[in-house]
Amino acid sequence: MSPEILSLEERFQSRIDAEIKIEPKDWMPEKYRKTLIRQISQHAHSEIVGMLPEGNWITRAPSLRRKSVLLAKVQDEAGHGLYLYSAAETLGISRDELVEQLLTGKAKYSSIFNYPTTSWADMGAIGWLVDGAAIMNQVMLTRTSYGPYARAMVRICKEESFHQRQGYEIMMTLAKGTPEQKAMAQDSLNRWWWPSLMMFGPNDAASTHSAQSMKWKIKRKSNDELRQAFVDSAMPQVEYLGLTVPDPDLKWNEERGHYDFGAIDWDEFWSVVKGNGPCNRQRMRTKQKAHKEGAWVREAAMAHAEKRRQRAVEQDEKVA
Amino acid sequence: MDKKEWPLWEVFIRSRSGLHHKHAGSLHAVDATMAIENARDVYTRRNEGVSIWVVESTHIMASDPEQGDMFEAAKSKIYRHPTFYDIPDEIGHM
Ligand SMILES: [Fe+2]
Ligand SMILES: [Fe+2]
Repeated sequence: MSPEILSLEERFQSRIDAEIKIEPKDWMPEKYRKTLIRQISQHAHSEIVGMLPEGNWITRAPSLRRKSVLLAKVQDEAGHGLYLYSAAETLGISRDELVEQLLTGKAKYSSIFNYPTTSWADMGAIGWLVDGAAIMNQVMLTRTSYGPYARAMVRICKEESFHQRQGYEIMMTLAKGTPEQKAMAQDSLNRWWWPSLMMFGPNDAASTHSAQSMKWKIKRKSNDELRQAFVDSAMPQVEYLGLTVPDPDLKWNEERGHYDFGAIDWDEFWSVVKGNGPCNRQRMRTKQKAHKEGAWVREAAMAHAEKRRQRAVEQDEKVA
Repeated sequence: MDKKEWPLWEVFIRSRSGLHHKHAGSLHAVDATMAIENARDVYTRRNEGVSIWVVESTHIMASDPEQGDMFEAAKSKIYRHPTFYDIPDEIGHM
């Protein structure tokens, strides 16, 4: 590395250390840029693909109130995807490239969305646990070192808390309902608990990108720290519902002041990441189909705008 | 992939009457009309605004952060701030 680059990198790091945000036009190491493009686009894709498992229940919501709420929630996730795509674009990648990376499978999205939503209770468990886990991560990211990412996160976090509360409300209603409804809530919790814990990613010891991301203050807490915070916050909520988690090792540890929990099945995690989850193929097919079938709309809108511009020019020429 | 990507627009929102428009983010749209409609759906789902401005991102000129001396001149002129002057308390608020 040339001494010039080295001093640029030192200056960059000292700005990070001084908590000065990095903005799009500022100099940044190529690896910082690449890491952010990867992370922000993965995050954006997760918001977009995350609309599918919940979208599955919009037409079958049990009441008009639930339906309006679910629709608004899924719409918010679309918004989150858009905020994040724009943040990624400030780093010099185009929207088309980002979308292509998703559709070709080059870019990943959160594995949690490769699990199926087989009952209405899943709308409760997802809002409560999946959005809850996402919030842990996103609250940390409101302080991330890259300005546009941090600002997108502030906006997202403001909207997320309704997502979690509406989910928990569904769980409360079911847990207080008939024995069948309570069983439905328990079944859903059983299925979503472990995948939610996996959302925080590999254990710290096995996490490849963590150290550099912490140094650059892209991340400020480790995967395990966030996971622990999530379990600690979720347990009183589980107890309030009168439900249980599918983990015989889960218990309060007085000494640590935290809940202990069992080992995560990392084989399952990696298998879903590598494309073998229950819904990976279905999710990709849905996105590819939507993109293909929407192509004529995108082209027609562009052609229409072009024609209107043309007409406006002709009009001006006539007047002149 | 598409032959042509929709252009990028910067969105500015006035959150309520009496305040400046403030940059909210960006989005893609074919023209200004669509940009405003999309901005409403993307950036004001919770009544965040009473007015929206959009401008195509390519039309924004920005100062260069590498040009270190850009804001230097202002830094030395501390006498432009009221606190630079010692005025006795006795004379009341000034
Ligand atoms: Fe979201
Ligand atoms: Fe959400």
